Amino acid sequence: MLFTVNKSPFTTESLRSCLRFAGKDNPVLLYEDGVYGAQAGTALEGFIKGALTSRIIYALKEDLAARGIDSLIDGVRVVDYAGFVDLVAERNVCPWI
Amino acid sequence: MADDEIRDEEGNGGEKTKFLFIFKRPPHGAIYPYEGLEVILIMAAYEQEITAAFVDDGVYCLKKGQDTAGVGIKEFAKTFKVLEPYGVEHLYVDRVSLEARGLTEDDLITGVEVVEAEEIANVISAQKVILPF
Repeated sequence: MLFTVNKSPFTTESLRSCLRFAGKDNPVLLYEDGVYGAQAGTALEGFIKGALTSRIIYALKEDLAARGIDSLIDGVRVVDYAGFVDLVAERNVCPWI
Repeated sequence: MADDEIRDEEGNGGEKTKFLFIFKRPPHGAIYPYEGLEVILIMAAYEQEITAAFVDDGVYCLKKGQDTAGVGIKEFAKTFKVLEPYGVEHLYVDRVSLEARGLTEDDLITGVEVVEAEEIANVISAQKVILPF
């Protein structure tokens, strides 16, 4: 199961909530405003690093670029639209929007 | 999309497709939860396996004693009580979301199941289609 989050973690509880229900080993993809959660140096960095110990977190390249985010938390993987399609094709999706 | 999947499943021995509706928003601030309920009622015609989960502010959708007459919109918490004939066997409520809002199971309409996040995670893992509202 791929969980997807598209809201800023500084606006809503969406990312925290998603991680509570995304069982371990299920990847999480951040896109649209969700990618703000991937930026290094934020108040959420420790929380994201904790989440990374038990699952993969992806951030969508095009949405990072659109927001000028070029410094990512170590361990967050970047995927482009094609990679997004591959992830969705491989498994079911739980949109946490 | 959904139509095709339903036909595919029926073409494969009539096995039901598992649909999960996740309610995350409070009932009257936006149209989402009401629309989610409408979609459940529509989906009932397809006789698939439907489950609903209420997390975060979605738990407010099940609060009993809502009187919306003064705000001129439909009260629909009661409708969740009568979904079983429509093929909805389970209404799961996240205990942490409920307690964070100062609520207990007694504050909710009857027929719901208050469970831990792990149980909802297991329900999510078993689904074919997940629709967030």
